[in-house]
Amino acid sequence: MRQALRASLSPPRPRPLPHGCGNPADCPRLRSALRPGRAASRTANPRPAEPAGPAEAAPPARLEWARGSGPPRQPFPGPEACAGAVPSSQAGRSRRFRRGGMEERRYRSASGAPIALRTRQHSASCRELAVRCPRLQLRSLSAVTSAVWLAAYGLFVLSQNSMVLSAAIFITLIGLIIYLHFVKIDQESLLVIGSLGIQVTASYASGKESTTFIEMGRVKDVVINEAIHMQKVIYYLCILLQDPGDPQGVSEVVPLFQSSKPRLDCLIEVYRSCQEILQQRKTAPQSNGIK
Amino acid sequence: MVLKVFFPSCCSSAESGILVGRWLSEQNSAVILAVVHFPFIPVQVKQYLSEVQRVTKVNVSVLGSWSNSKQEKEENLSKFLEDLGTIFSHEPWIQISKEGDSKFWSCSTLQKLANNPKEEEVILIYYDQRKVMLSHLHPPLDTATSTDHEADDASKLSAIFHTVAKSKILFMTDRYDDGPIKLTHWQSDGVEASIIVELMKQASVPACMLLTFLLSLVSGICRSRVLKFWPLSFLWSKLSTCEQLGHRLQHLQVISSSKKAQTQTQLMRKANIFVSLLIDVALGILLMSWLYRKNRIGHLADTLIPAADHVAEELQDLLQWLMGAPAGLKMNRALDQVLGRFFLYHIHLWISYIHLMSPFIEMILWYVGLSACLGLTVALCILSDIIALLTFHIYCFYVYGARLYCLKIYGLSSLWRLFRGKKWNVLRQRVDSCSYDLDQLFIGTLLFTILLFLLPTTALYYLVFTLLRLLVVIVQGLIHLLMDLIDSLPLYSILLRLCRSYRLAAGVKFRVLEQQDGKPLRLLMQINPLSYGSVVQMYRLPTYSCYPKDSWTSLCKKLFLGELIYPWKHKGEKQD
Repeated sequence: MRQALRASLSPPRPRPLPHGCGNPADCPRLRSALRPGRAASRTANPRPAEPAGPAEAAPPARLEWARGSGPPRQPFPGPEACAGAVPSSQAGRSRRFRRGGMEERRYRSASGAPIALRTRQHSASCRELAVRCPRLQLRSLSAVTSAVWLAAYGLFVLSQNSMVLSAAIFITLIGLIIYLHFVKIDQESLLVIGSLGIQVTASYASGKESTTFIEMGRVKDVVINEAIHMQKVIYYLCILLQDPGDPQGVSEVVPLFQSSKPRLDCLIEVYRSCQEILQQRKTAPQSNGIK
Repeated sequence: MVLKVFFPSCCSSAESGILVGRWLSEQNSAVILAVVHFPFIPVQVKQYLSEVQRVTKVNVSVLGSWSNSKQEKEENLSKFLEDLGTIFSHEPWIQISKEGDSKFWSCSTLQKLANNPKEEEVILIYYDQRKVMLSHLHPPLDTATSTDHEADDASKLSAIFHTVAKSKILFMTDRYDDGPIKLTHWQSDGVEASIIVELMKQASVPACMLLTFLLSLVSGICRSRVLKFWPLSFLWSKLSTCEQLGHRLQHLQVISSSKKAQTQTQLMRKANIFVSLLIDVALGILLMSWLYRKNRIGHLADTLIPAADHVAEELQDLLQWLMGAPAGLKMNRALDQVLGRFFLYHIHLWISYIHLMSPFIEMILWYVGLSACLGLTVALCILSDIIALLTFHIYCFYVYGARLYCLKIYGLSSLWRLFRGKKWNVLRQRVDSCSYDLDQLFIGTLLFTILLFLLPTTALYYLVFTLLRLLVVIVQGLIHLLMDLIDSLPLYSILLRLCRSYRLAAGVKFRVLEQQDGKPLRLLMQINPLSYGSVVQMYRLPTYSCYPKDSWTSLCKKLFLGELIYPWKHKGEKQD
């Protein structure tokens, strides 16, 4: 049924899918992607004919695969086949910019808007991953404003009361301030400090930041989960919190990147980064917090 | 294993010395509380620390050394500092050194007893000592576990907050004191010597005692037997003003008690009640001054009688309309006339009583308005009670209509059972079959027909008066909701969250500072304040809130059957 869902959601592709993607845990493509050490190549464009883009900095494996023969070699077709979301022609292409200790890549969100993931390594056990959401578009802002003002003008013509016009201006201003301060999220970031905890920050367009810090003792694991959201099936990253009473149980699930909703390729990057740091605490001789 | 060092930001410019604080071994973190400067005698330091430990019950010890070298010399200082490690044995011995004005410090550990000493990563976390000392972490641990030291180390953050808060006595030594030990830690800049605050603190004790005495007098009078006679006690229970006054009396008793608040929650509750009372009385006095200026209360009294007359006239019109052919429905003429005339006479009586009272209304209202100085909530209660008294006749009509309708419905249902040959068995509380005689069946059928054909008339009267009654109930309910809001809002907590947001902490947040390769990771720990919603939820004052007693389905059922409805239930009222 899942295969049928995915087949129905994705448009006909030139290449047949060898098999449908099920649980990310048993998707071999995903597993191979999540294998450590092959960070760079998996997020490249699936179409073999296309040039590798900024290939100067790319590792050799990517070029070789990009120029490969295609389907018989079973290339990783990209996350769109797994996600089942509507892909665009530039889906999955990521451009890497390396600046200092910081890396920035472009991805797409679940709805197709462009987002950017910035990874920064502060130290061996501290890493910051920030997803920048698309900015407020001028055209949507002007569309809403003109709609409201036209409606107000229409009311004014009907009622001849000039208070309607000033009320409309007021409403537009207040609405814009409320939207920027409470609704529009500019950037969502994840700061993972091994042996201390995980900090989730959402910064709004007006500069407000809302932060939550979860101690490492309460974190059980960071996983990619899938969910049905409206008419799509999307992947999301979440933190599983430990149940203090039951060591095997999960008391709470904290979803991450709720408003930017990155696609699977971006989530895999973030997942791999987090797991590298979380592994360190398992190899440490002493454990933190309560057990 | 990563070592975490919590360093107070006020000690960043301190002279070289040794670090004093608490070591949390299960989390591999060190909370530095102060720096002890050279020269010192180790024995005295150990004595001082054991005294502090005895008083605060926090395991304070010497954790390491701190060297702040302004010039590039002092190579032998490092050897000296290492030797200190042997005097104050602590495992691991932390050495932090700062060169000149550099932001990037180097931090290393000395482990003598470890089997395979390995280079462990160090994270340096700066924290603001004053803010962490004053803040309270939410959700607060309950009193049962706070006495148990092992239990409150369950969360790493609460352990740090607890350590800094309990070590207050360590922070009491002034930097200008001439003692054997010189410490650097957070210093208060001097107690604000505001005379008014000091006077208020001195005056508060006798004021509290006076208030307690007065309150005991008042509550003694209230509990006296004179006021317990039946008509008076019924009246007191029905008037919401008395309940509100009793509620406020309780609040005053909480504030004026001479026992100091033990926990943070109790302190906040006392403060919230105090601020709420203050604001309430201030708003009440404001309202009173507005009412009495330009004799507005006289105008109000003057408009009260015409308003009551107007309501009575409207009711009369309504009854005339019901007695005719309301909305084109055909009523049973005789019953219609009987009911209509009965209600019209009732209204006539009511108008006469109002006119009898009219010369006294202004004086009564004038004196009753004075009680608004007791608080805005009391004024709202009085308003609600005045509305209840003025619409008393609507309540009476509703009761009459409901009783009549209820009787009719029960009669109909019982006679319907008679048709089917069944009977309600009171003993077994169930419906049983029964064989009736012919004359019983005949009379039953007659009565059933009569009741059935009179049903539309009664139902219409019932409907109209129930709607009026519901309108009055909704208005009263809104006033009570507003009153509840004023009663239960924790204003002091909200003000605290606004002005001193670090006092109410939901958690912490970390900021990564500038890094340099080879140096430990630098983080800044700041307090993450509670959101306003959780502040209100956590510190809400309990009220005798009135909330709907019945769910919608039971309300509809009661309306259909004609049972009397009292939709708002007060907490503490006995269930009937």
